[in-house]
Formats: sequence, structure tokens, C-alpha cells
Amino acid sequence: MAKMMLGRKLGMTQIFEENGTVLPVTAVQVGPLVVVGKKSANGKDGYSALQLGFEAARKFAKEGDNRYRGLTKAQVGVFAAKKLEPMKVIRELRVDEADLDNYEIGQVIPADTFAEGDIIDVSATSKGRGFSGVMKRHNFAGFKASHGVHESYRGGGAIGMSADPARVFKGMKMPGRYGGTRSTVQNQRLVRVVCETSGEGESQTRAADGVYLIRGQVPGAIGGLVEIRAAVKKHR
Amino acid sequence: MSVHPLIDKIEAQQLRPAEGEGSLPEFGAGDTVRVHYRIIDSGKERIQVFEGVCLGVSGAVNRRTFTVRKISHGTGVERVFPLHSPLIAKLEVSRRGRVRRAKLYYLRNLSGKAARIREKRDW
Repeated sequence: MAKMMLGRKLGMTQIFEENGTVLPVTAVQVGPLVVVGKKSANGKDGYSALQLGFEAARKFAKEGDNRYRGLTKAQVGVFAAKKLEPMKVIRELRVDEADLDNYEIGQVIPADTFAEGDIIDVSATSKGRGFSGVMKRHNFAGFKASHGVHESYRGGGAIGMSADPARVFKGMKMPGRYGGTRSTVQNQRLVRVVCETSGEGESQTRAADGVYLIRGQVPGAIGGLVEIRAAVKKHR
Repeated sequence: MSVHPLIDKIEAQQLRPAEGEGSLPEFGAGDTVRVHYRIIDSGKERIQVFEGVCLGVSGAVNRRTFTVRKISHGTGVERVFPLHSPLIAKLEVSRRGRVRRAKLYYLRNLSGKAARIREKRDW
């Protein structure tokens, strides 16, 4: 079954595995998600998906002001029509048409949707690096710092030939805007799920929010939105 | 510097207890220590002792490590141990050294008599 979780990147640390190996991990504070909409292949949407909301939107501080920060009146109206609290973030998760009936609007998807050991894909907006040179952007080697090189230590060198073809080929790697785009890291291992479940036994309520420790790096800045999905290309 | 309170919490869980079972005695640069290290070979676990002078302790919280240097068959050997690693079964301080520096990297350039460290005496 398709699974998904949203969270905020907290930062990195390291943990010890039981056999003493030190693992670098990224901590992501996740969930809970709320089902805010369903799309059906039979309806006008033409494909089946769930719309999941994350993080309650806040109102403006002023008393009596009923507007929500970052949401238009129309967006707030969508939530109001479904009798839901407005949410800051909405993401879609493609699910099979047959699975749609297992979800209801307003249903909460808890943080322990993913379990320890799951292989996941992690997507986020990478850190914006502005207008970057070719060394940072395309891993060019640059030039030597000495041996007669002058004023061209980080340049890219020649970008083409001569009178034939008399133009620069498309896709030539050159300086430009770098970062700030959606980036996905595939096949990350979810090392640990830290959830505080309340109650015991049958009446146990599943933890709404928690912290995921993901092996390795996650794109983006601390505090950035992180999308976690089941790995599409599981290998091993 | 703390990145986030929740990360502090996760890091604190990694630490070994400060006292009682599983804790290590206090030691620092200049002390001669015996590190009992668990080695897992082909499914079997045994304990190996690495004894030498502690060159210094670095890092903070769960990332804390210490370097131990010994002379093995005439060659200097250094090992860095994570202080909170579950693989350190036991640590004994066999000698307290009197040193005036936090990091004893200068010992790498000394050998024999010159590399001795005076014993710390309290009276």
C-alpha cells in the first residue's frame, strides 16, 4: 500500500547501532497527516490519489481577524466545506482506486506509518546556492593554484570548438542558478522511529507525531519540509 | 551549540551512564588507560585490551572520542575510541599522568625516555 509522511528537518547527529557501528543520521520531525481530499479515477480528476494535509495553519495575531497566514480565503473555504481545520501544507499521494475506500476525509495518518528498517525515498527542496560557478555546480576541477595559472583558478575552460560548429552546444555546463530545486534521495534506510505512544494494550492510541532518524543526508535546510515515501526502486 | 532540543534528547539517550554499571572512570590526557574492547569475529565475541597513553579527549555529547597511543613492537600505534560506544566493555586507568596540555600530540615526535610522562601525585 502506498505510504507517505511529511516532516520538518531537524538536523543531523549520530547514533550507535547495537554492534557498535556509528551511523550518521538525519532527524526529521514528522506527522500527523490528515486526509483532506480524495481523487478518483472515475471522477473528473481522472486518477486516484489522496490529498494529505500537514501542520495546522495559524491565524493572524490580531483579535477578530479570521484570516489564516499563507492561505487565501478560497483555500480556507476548501477546508471549511469539509469541516476541517485549515492546513499549511497539502501533498498528494497516488493510491490504487480500490484502496480509496479505506480512507475517509478527516482521517489522521499517524507518524508510525513507516517502521524501523523501512527503505524510503526522501524528497525536499535543496538549499539554494544562488548563482554558482562550475566547480560548485558541476564538479569541475578548476585550474591549478600555481604553475603559471593566472586569474583563472575556478573557471570552466573552453566551451566549444571553432568556426565549425560556430556555436555552443545546448546543455553546455556553465555557471548559473544552483540549488533550491526539488531533490530526491532514494533508498535511504529509516533507522529509528521515536514515537511516544500513549496508553497500553488494546486502547493504545497510535502516536500522532514523532521523530524519524534517517540514515545519511536529507536535502534542504534545517526546518525545511521533507517528503518521505516508500522507496520506488528498492534494491537488496 | 545545540541544533534542536529534540536532537539533544536523542543524543542524550546515546550516552553511557555517568556512574554505576556501564560507566567509565574519569580520565584525561596523560593518563595511561586499559581499554577493554569487544571484538566480534565470525560470530564469536572476545575482549581485546588496548593499553596506552591517552593523548586527549575531543568532541561533545555522544560524539566524544579519545585517542590512545601505545608503542607496539617499536612502532607507535594510535587508536581512536568513541567514548560512548557499546563496544567498550570496560576501561581502567592504570596510571595518572601529570601533563600541562589538553592534547599530547607532541608525544608523536618523541620516543624512548623523552616520551615519558611524570606521574601525578596528590599530597
